[in-house]
Amino acid sequence: MTDLTKGPGSPEPLPAVDGAPAASHMLDVDDIEVRYGAIRALKGVSFHVDQGEIVALLGANGAGKTTTQKTVSGMMRPSLGSITYEGQRIDGIPAHSLINLGICHVPEGRHVFPRMTVDENLEMGAFRFKRQDMDVRAHVLDLFPRLQERIKQQAGTLSGGEQQMLAIGRALMGKPRLLLLDEPSMGLAPLIVAQIFDIIRQVNADGVTVLLVEQNAAQALALANRGYVLETGEIVMSGAGKDLLADDRIRAAYLGEEIAAS
Amino acid sequence: MNDFIRYTIAGLTLGSMYALIALGYTLVYGVLQLINFAHSEVFMTGAFGSYIVVDTLVGGHGRQNGFMVVVVLGVGLITGALSGAGAAWLLERVAYRPLRRRGAPKLAFLISAIGASFFMSQLAGKLFNRQKNNSFPNFFDNRVLFSIGEADVRLLQVIIIVAAVVLMFFLDRLVQKTKLGRSIRAVAEDAPTAALMGINIDKTISRTFVIGGALGGAAGFLFALFSSLSYQMGFFPGTKAFAAAVLGGIGNPRGAMLGGLTLGLVENWSVMFLPSQWTNVIAFAVLVLVLMFRPSGILGERLGRAA
Ligand SMILES: Nc1ncnc2c1ncn2[C@@H]1O[C@H](COP(=O)(O)OP(=O)(O)O)[C@@H](O)[C@H]1O
Ligand SMILES: [Mg+2]
Repeated sequence: MTDLTKGPGSPEPLPAVDGAPAASHMLDVDDIEVRYGAIRALKGVSFHVDQGEIVALLGANGAGKTTTQKTVSGMMRPSLGSITYEGQRIDGIPAHSLINLGICHVPEGRHVFPRMTVDENLEMGAFRFKRQDMDVRAHVLDLFPRLQERIKQQAGTLSGGEQQMLAIGRALMGKPRLLLLDEPSMGLAPLIVAQIFDIIRQVNADGVTVLLVEQNAAQALALANRGYVLETGEIVMSGAGKDLLADDRIRAAYLGEEIAAS
Repeated sequence: MNDFIRYTIAGLTLGSMYALIALGYTLVYGVLQLINFAHSEVFMTGAFGSYIVVDTLVGGHGRQNGFMVVVVLGVGLITGALSGAGAAWLLERVAYRPLRRRGAPKLAFLISAIGASFFMSQLAGKLFNRQKNNSFPNFFDNRVLFSIGEADVRLLQVIIIVAAVVLMFFLDRLVQKTKLGRSIRAVAEDAPTAALMGINIDKTISRTFVIGGALGGAAGFLFALFSSLSYQMGFFPGTKAFAAAVLGGIGNPRGAMLGGLTLGLVENWSVMFLPSQWTNVIAFAVLVLVLMFRPSGILGERLGRAA
């Protein structure tokens, strides 16, 4: 099976910037504040992701999950705090440069290019390379046979599930080392959700580290090594996926279960 | 019938120039959702840029031999394209990018566009003494090449149509097949996501202006060769090319080409039925009619975001 993590897009880890902590984690988000004008969407968020992990970010609508991912992928800048990736400060580096460090982001709502074909969308995913890596492409089409069937179809005409597969496939074409997934299960039928989660597990087994944003807490935590819970811009809980899954507060808040009153 | 053929040839000549200019409007609209009203002055800059060089080269030397005519035409097209590209590049830097950085509202862009348009046209007026009818030196004989029925086809008409078709062919290949073209399409469809693919949005927008400016500048040379130059020459061709871009489906390059040709043809055909002072109205009458039935233009918005 193709190793999605190797290739020309994998520069040596850069030495730590002065004052930054030694590079112990792959991704270190340290006390970031992110604003939309006057609104403080993130109020000092810290977490980390280790090489090879799947880390879940949970939280209700508006908690700041998307903002967190956008800040990691360079779509937004934190007004305070720092983000360190493989020992290098990356906050403030724009998204179009960050992808060259192997951070690929599958945004909320999929955002395939609707008027391009599936083929062209995949090619866009490999834009940072001189030409697309045919081995990676074959691997992606192996993961998502549906995309192979629809290869010449306009992406805008695909079903929601197919668009999500395409969005993930497109990100994989960029040979990520850290893959950011924002609510990949949103609006999809249970069967498709199970397929998507299966693919995430497979991609992770191929060596790609995953930061997964989900509202679907049960499935996300079953998959994740660790999880963090965001609430109105702050992390209120963290722990191993299994522990969070067993936590009463989580079960009450995100799994819709009644806690037996004592 | 002969009239019809004659007007059709004239219509294709004019239409292919409209099409070249319309591409500039449509490409920029695709990436910025902005009508670059100063594009008519980019076209004018192309005309003056090529005029200065060609006039220096062959002005006052009378007719040239065949080889020199080809050389001068090439030089004219290239210098027209370069001046247009340069003007468009500068325009984006000075008039639009600062607004983009501040996240200014659409209206601010529009005002900036109109201001830039006035500035460029007045600057050209000042530099060229507000002369109304500069024209290119007569460096070739615009002879009849062949006839269709009794309708003559002249050398200049062939030059304009061939040059425009070649340029449009390459533009189409560029948009569809090259990495640069794909980055332009990606930014037009979804700019933030294009950035996630590693596309530098600022650079792509800049390059889009340069490409549109080059086509508009080349059209400026052809148009000036065909009629004359003045600092106000951009207004009518520019406005009509804008109408052509909307007619074909703003944001859609193939639509712009089709819209340009359609408008050139309809304008010329109208002369068979209406007094020629109506010509300038026709373009807009056609535009209004088409938009009533197909609000997104003949081919529909394609590069741009879905409305
Ligand atoms: N473009 C925006 N402009 C202003 N406020 C925003 C914008 N996007 C998100 N917000 C606000 O930031 C907060 C976090 O939003 P978001 O990160 O999208 O949450 P989540 O992904 O967890 O649902 C919310 O209060 C939301 O209203
Ligand atoms: Mg969200």
